[in-house]
Amino acid sequence: MAALRVKGLHKQFGNTEVLKGIDLTVRNGEFAVLLGPSGCGKSTLLNLIAGLETPNAGTIEIAERVVNAVPAKDRDIAMVFQSYALYPSMTVRRNITFGMECRGVPKPKQQEAVARVASLLQIDQLLERKPSQLSGGQRQRVAMGRALVRDPKLFLFDEPLSNLDAQLRVDMRTEIKQLHGRIRSTIIYVTHDQIEAMTMASRIAVMNKGEIQQFAEPDEVYNRPANLFVARFLGTPPMNTLKARLVRDGDGLAAAIGLAKLPLPAQSETARAFIDRDVFLGLRPECITDSGRPGTTFEAEVLTTEPTGAETIVLAAIGGERLRARVSPDVRLVTGQRTTFLADMRSACLFDPATEKRIA
Amino acid sequence: MDKALRPGRWLIYAILFGFALFTLLPLIVIVLNSFRTAVEIGRSSLIGWPAGLAWRNWTEAWGHFCIAQRCEGIRPYMENSFMMVVPATILSTALGAIAGYSISLWRFRGDTIVFAIVVMGVFLPEQMKLIPWALVLRELDLTNTIGALVLIHTVQGFSFTTLFCRNYYIGIPQDLVKAARVDGAGYFRTFWRIVLPLSPPIIIVTVIWQFTGIWNEFLFGVTFTTGEQQPVTAALIAIATTPQTDVVEYGIESAAVLLAAIPTLLVYFFGGRYFLRGLTAGAVK
Amino acid sequence: MRRRLAGFLPLLVIWIPLLISVAHVVGFTAWTTWLSFTPSDLLPEYDWAGLRSYRAVLRTENTAIAYANLLVYGVGYVGLTMIVGFVLAVLIDQRIRAENLLRTIYLYPLAVSFVVTGTVWSWLFNPGQGIQKFVNNLGWTGFRFDWIIDRDFALYTIIIAAVWHGVGFAMALFLAGLRSIDSDLHKAAQIDGAGPLRFYLRIAAPGVAPIAISVLVILLQYAIKTFDLVRALTGGGPGISTTLPALVVYDFMFQRGQLGRGSAAAVLLLLSLLVVLLPYYLYVHWRARRERTNG
Repeated sequence: MAALRVKGLHKQFGNTEVLKGIDLTVRNGEFAVLLGPSGCGKSTLLNLIAGLETPNAGTIEIAERVVNAVPAKDRDIAMVFQSYALYPSMTVRRNITFGMECRGVPKPKQQEAVARVASLLQIDQLLERKPSQLSGGQRQRVAMGRALVRDPKLFLFDEPLSNLDAQLRVDMRTEIKQLHGRIRSTIIYVTHDQIEAMTMASRIAVMNKGEIQQFAEPDEVYNRPANLFVARFLGTPPMNTLKARLVRDGDGLAAAIGLAKLPLPAQSETARAFIDRDVFLGLRPECITDSGRPGTTFEAEVLTTEPTGAETIVLAAIGGERLRARVSPDVRLVTGQRTTFLADMRSACLFDPATEKRIA
Repeated sequence: MDKALRPGRWLIYAILFGFALFTLLPLIVIVLNSFRTAVEIGRSSLIGWPAGLAWRNWTEAWGHFCIAQRCEGIRPYMENSFMMVVPATILSTALGAIAGYSISLWRFRGDTIVFAIVVMGVFLPEQMKLIPWALVLRELDLTNTIGALVLIHTVQGFSFTTLFCRNYYIGIPQDLVKAARVDGAGYFRTFWRIVLPLSPPIIIVTVIWQFTGIWNEFLFGVTFTTGEQQPVTAALIAIATTPQTDVVEYGIESAAVLLAAIPTLLVYFFGGRYFLRGLTAGAVK
Repeated sequence: MRRRLAGFLPLLVIWIPLLISVAHVVGFTAWTTWLSFTPSDLLPEYDWAGLRSYRAVLRTENTAIAYANLLVYGVGYVGLTMIVGFVLAVLIDQRIRAENLLRTIYLYPLAVSFVVTGTVWSWLFNPGQGIQKFVNNLGWTGFRFDWIIDRDFALYTIIIAAVWHGVGFAMALFLAGLRSIDSDLHKAAQIDGAGPLRFYLRIAAPGVAPIAISVLVILLQYAIKTFDLVRALTGGGPGISTTLPALVVYDFMFQRGQLGRGSAAAVLLLLSLLVVLLPYYLYVHWRARRERTNG
């Protein structure tokens, strides 16, 4: 059963079209992440799913029920916000029971629910405190408690970790992932941070300019990006996308950049259609290292080096294009010198310059 | 978030505009009355539509109406008010800006205590200052002059303008001042080149509040001046409390009251945005 | 991080106005307080007379009525202004379209002096010429609205005029407070299913509590200092039924020519002001300290 099904969703604000036809199906128990740069529409999509905004066109189904006309409080969803949105004048306990109060749940049941959720999130001793007396991490847990207590069909997270400092963010990431493992609910999680997306998601929906660019498992999105945007968005440093010409290389194909010819693994018919045409070659920096072992090599001029301790990131130029490589930290490189690099072409991608979509 | 309940919204607008009408009522009444003759008003009531446009009310109010033994209308009192308000506003604002600047960006011995005391002047009731001012004015030979009022309002206003300007200047990024110091700027240059150009918003707010407050002030005006030297607020009270002969010239009096209120109303109308900013800034001490 | 002053001229420029101001605040307060302990009449005398003037002032009927009036007036003025101001702010917060227009209208009374306010309202309240006459002319000949000449009701006319003047201010501040509420809180309340009434009572009202306290204190100190409005609206009458402490001071000082008692009355006024301001000051400090330890 699909926990969430969005069909043909459009949303306009004034004259700006923020969502241009979104189709999304999220399965029960999935941890779906909406990932994208600011302004891509991910928060708007979340607000529409929650019922805080109404779409201009399209349908939203939660647990196989069309909810377009259903108000937020009746959609059986719960939301955790970036700013926690805890009611400042109420204690933690009251914050958690507030929704139940509004719905008329009898008091004993309310307290039962609070106790259950408090022990799950380990906030038992915080129940009588006010939000202003809690730390960031504690507040976030209370916000999650408020969501958990609703026992909803869908959990919506709107960039919940952005307000936390780096260390806390890492800890909370693990906690959320563990929580998901334990309660097995369906989560829709919005973030602009790819590390969060990659580490937590069962599937990532990469969004840009109001459209979903690709919705697939992290591994797929990382190694077989659907288009240039996804390729360049994921990865730090991002994937190299180099202009190249697809040429015949014996029985197979190769990408020609400048004077270098990089042979490609076996290709499909669609790829062969691009022979002697320009393509974009996608190669991740970790696939380009210092030479030393047998394999495909090419020469490029070193422009800058950035030693990070664990490795050195090299910016190099080849045939008018610039690329980044990750070499081992003990290799000595000289700026301005032509050096030999080793390329692992197994996970290389090819993109059509016109459509920006991946062809291979 | 859509909060549209059709019938409920109608009620909301009704309440809001109903209260707006209540707020406008005095203004409307008085504008209408300024165009009605005393006979008209006497025949009906103070609330009514003018039969014609009695411009005579305005000319009388301005130049001929008798107020406490003088029959020159309200003009001399308006002039007095202007001669009092303009210098006092300029002086108190200028001094307050410098003081606010000094207290927020420079350290000197006793700065915290002095600031606290100066600010207390905002809250100190005018009644505590009446007798001392009377005695000081006598020493300075300024009794019953506009100059006396200028002095009083400048000193009084200084507390307020200093508070306002200091709260504003405290928000100037420290990096700006540091950069100026690295460039070698001292006290005066920093003020002239860095702080002053950033000041228009607070200067405007301060000027608006000072103008309004001093123009509308009554107690000092009526205590320290008499007769010809009085500001327009005192003149209005004289109009309202002078026992009338037979027919009360409500029409002319309305015109006079309007004339007295117009300057601050104009300032409010054109400076509305700054007025509001001053309000909220003052309450969030 | 503020810089140390260098040079003589800046110190001069800074200190002269500051010293004058300090002298004026401290000196005048001390001066008037000293006078309150003297038997001064028309001219100041500086011999010590103990609490004689205070006793005389407190025994005067004027004073008793003035402070009793202040209680009624204070509660009525401040209470009504805050309630109406809050309600208006809540209504405007409902995404009203004419907000700018309404705000401009509600705030204009602040630009008008209390003298003008009092004068115009005295005309409106005048039974022979004002609202009562107007309604009578319309046909309801039995209608009466002569509070202003009624000893027991005249004070309420002052409350009405003062509320008319102050509601805009309260509304503006409450609206700013409501607007400063985190928008995510609205969303959370929506999802929790809180209707508008519950939202404003349980979530918004506590959120604007700090601003409400500021408004309360500011209005209270205006109430205590009220002078112009009463002088213009009722002159303190009928008789002395609408007199207030500030008028009592003026009465002693300039109408009766008793400077010693006038000063004592002024000091009493200052003390009643402190009763309001001191707790507020302490509250602000306590709150700031609590916020610092909680972070």
